[in-house]
Amino acid sequence: MSTSTFERKPPIKLAELSSLSPAELAAVNGVLAKLKDAPGALLPVLHGIQDALGFVPKDAVPIVAKAMNLSRAEVHGVISFYHWYRTEKPGEHVIHLCRAEACQAVGGRALEQHVKTTLGIDFHETTADGRYTLEPAYCLGNCAVGPSLLIDMELKGRVTPARFDRLTGVVA
Amino acid sequence: MKPIPAPITIYVPRDSAAISLGADDVAIAIAAEAARLGVAIHLVRNSSRGLFWLEPLVEVATEAGRIGYGPVQPEDVASLFVAGLGNAHALNIGVVDELPYLKTQERLTFARAGITDPVSLDDYLAHGGYRGLKNALAMAPEAIVAAVTESGLRGRGGAAFPAGIKWKTVLGAEGAQKYIVCNADEGDSGTYADRMVCEGDPFLLIEGMTIAGLAVGATRGYIYLRCEYPYGQRALEEAIASAYASGWLGANIQGSAKRFDLEVRMGAGAYICGEETSLLESLEGKRGMVRFKPPLPAIKGLFGCPTVINNVITLASVPVILDKGAECYKHFGVGRSRGTLPVQLAGNVKFGGLVEKAFGVTLRDLLYTYGGGTLSGKPIRAVQVGGPLGSYIPESQFDLPLDYEAFARLNNMVGHGGITVFDSSVDMAEQARFSMEFCATESCGKCTPCRIGSTRGMEVIDKLVAGDQPVKQEALLRDLCDTMLAGSLCALGGMAPFPVLSALNHFPEDFRPQPEMLEKAS
Repeated sequence: MSTSTFERKPPIKLAELSSLSPAELAAVNGVLAKLKDAPGALLPVLHGIQDALGFVPKDAVPIVAKAMNLSRAEVHGVISFYHWYRTEKPGEHVIHLCRAEACQAVGGRALEQHVKTTLGIDFHETTADGRYTLEPAYCLGNCAVGPSLLIDMELKGRVTPARFDRLTGVVA
Repeated sequence: MKPIPAPITIYVPRDSAAISLGADDVAIAIAAEAARLGVAIHLVRNSSRGLFWLEPLVEVATEAGRIGYGPVQPEDVASLFVAGLGNAHALNIGVVDELPYLKTQERLTFARAGITDPVSLDDYLAHGGYRGLKNALAMAPEAIVAAVTESGLRGRGGAAFPAGIKWKTVLGAEGAQKYIVCNADEGDSGTYADRMVCEGDPFLLIEGMTIAGLAVGATRGYIYLRCEYPYGQRALEEAIASAYASGWLGANIQGSAKRFDLEVRMGAGAYICGEETSLLESLEGKRGMVRFKPPLPAIKGLFGCPTVINNVITLASVPVILDKGAECYKHFGVGRSRGTLPVQLAGNVKFGGLVEKAFGVTLRDLLYTYGGGTLSGKPIRAVQVGGPLGSYIPESQFDLPLDYEAFARLNNMVGHGGITVFDSSVDMAEQARFSMEFCATESCGKCTPCRIGSTRGMEVIDKLVAGDQPVKQEALLRDLCDTMLAGSLCALGGMAPFPVLSALNHFPEDFRPQPEMLEKAS
């Protein structure tokens, strides 16, 4: 080993370490270029990434941190604080099922059981075939005509177990 | 030559609740059927009247007024055309404005609900829009603040703090930059009035915030909208772009040389960000951790600058005050609760919807005269007023008038005016446990009573219901609630005990162990 103890390692290139695909990397950089300089831009940046990719990949964290002059811990801290952001790729369709009181009053708890049993997953999970990801929501503002859910950000009201089956086509 | 008949104007709401019940499909079906029959129509996607049991509520403009049909499904559309638009039909509910549910309301803030196309600036202007701002542009900042103070308007988000006092503090605060922040993080279950304004009358909110900017000398505003409201985001952004394009926002509002810039920022699913200091942290791009007060946001708010932070309905009530005058607004209401409150009937209720009434109306009137009792037909057992941190109110208190002070005297709260109805099948111990579970899920974690108390609360309720030393557990639960009430930093931990204690006090029988539980325990 002839390496001098004083020799400095070359700087780590984030893009080289990253497992992000070129397309993902381009999406992250595109969002950053557009939004990063707005005051308090971290939430809009993370929304931008999640809207583009469906999730905020773990390897996007150091890129966002560097571009916004934040520590990785700060970026990770924000991602983990907010229920909305996810760091795993979701299924083809994302269902946000309301768990709050107004929906409970019209059968929300029974619907929740039905959805979990039918899809065979719990909250924050994705079905084995990759079709559905199930997330809880605490109120969708549709409280006069619950139980409610968002499916791919489209609001559905008066969702009975039968209507859920029709919406998803899970049960023929 | 036959004269070409004027197109018939048909309204189908674009409100998300209406869409959740099929309004988009109905609109498509109407357009298709009209095209098939060669009938000339003018299809308007209006806001919702807030009569949600009738949604999708289709309205047809006639000489007698707007005739309503509801609830309409796509398969009903052909028969509407066969009967003749505006004529008798099984779904015809008559002239919508004449429905007692609507006619007996005092709609000041929701004056345009269901009437206009939310993103049409022309419609907004034609229906009294921007009259308040026009007046405000001719007034000194002090005079605008005085009008809001004089009107008696209090924070409609739940805390009911006098809006004028908050504004006066910001007006008097030193700062090169000041901000107007709208709290549109309407996380409380049973409430949807903010959503209805964002989706259904976005210019109203823009106008209210612009007036607030003029009043306190703030040139920049943010609407912090919850990400669960994608329809509201689209409507607000469309309206903001249109307001900029026509000089109602920007550097020179209607040639006045006054500036106000506005943008929408999306939350990210954290209930706690409805708490004002947590919301400000979130807007700054941080975790939504609650701040210590003081300093008040009015002195050191967003980015350390003096900030007015108000709820959607508070800001949306300002234009009417500046238009019709503080006296007119103050004339409504009782005691120190002035003006009107848009009550939202939710949960297990037959006629769920928006009821804007002057303060003083009783719960009973709201639940039965308007709500028509439960959807299930069973008796009402309890109602939760004011969202997940509001108490469960039993039948014995239904004669309570809607009034901040009268509610507070019984440890209840008016909050944001959401009323969630439960029928006799509700298990109140389960509801109490959910309050603790919700608090545990949504706690920001900064203070111990909320972060740990909520989890301990679930455990104690589980033991209590299981019959594991119930007398001790109840004492422990009350003691824990006391700690949370007195020792939490903000309203989440500080109020989560209200639903728990009210359930325990009014429905103790639900907390007694069930016979099969006792068998298991022994």
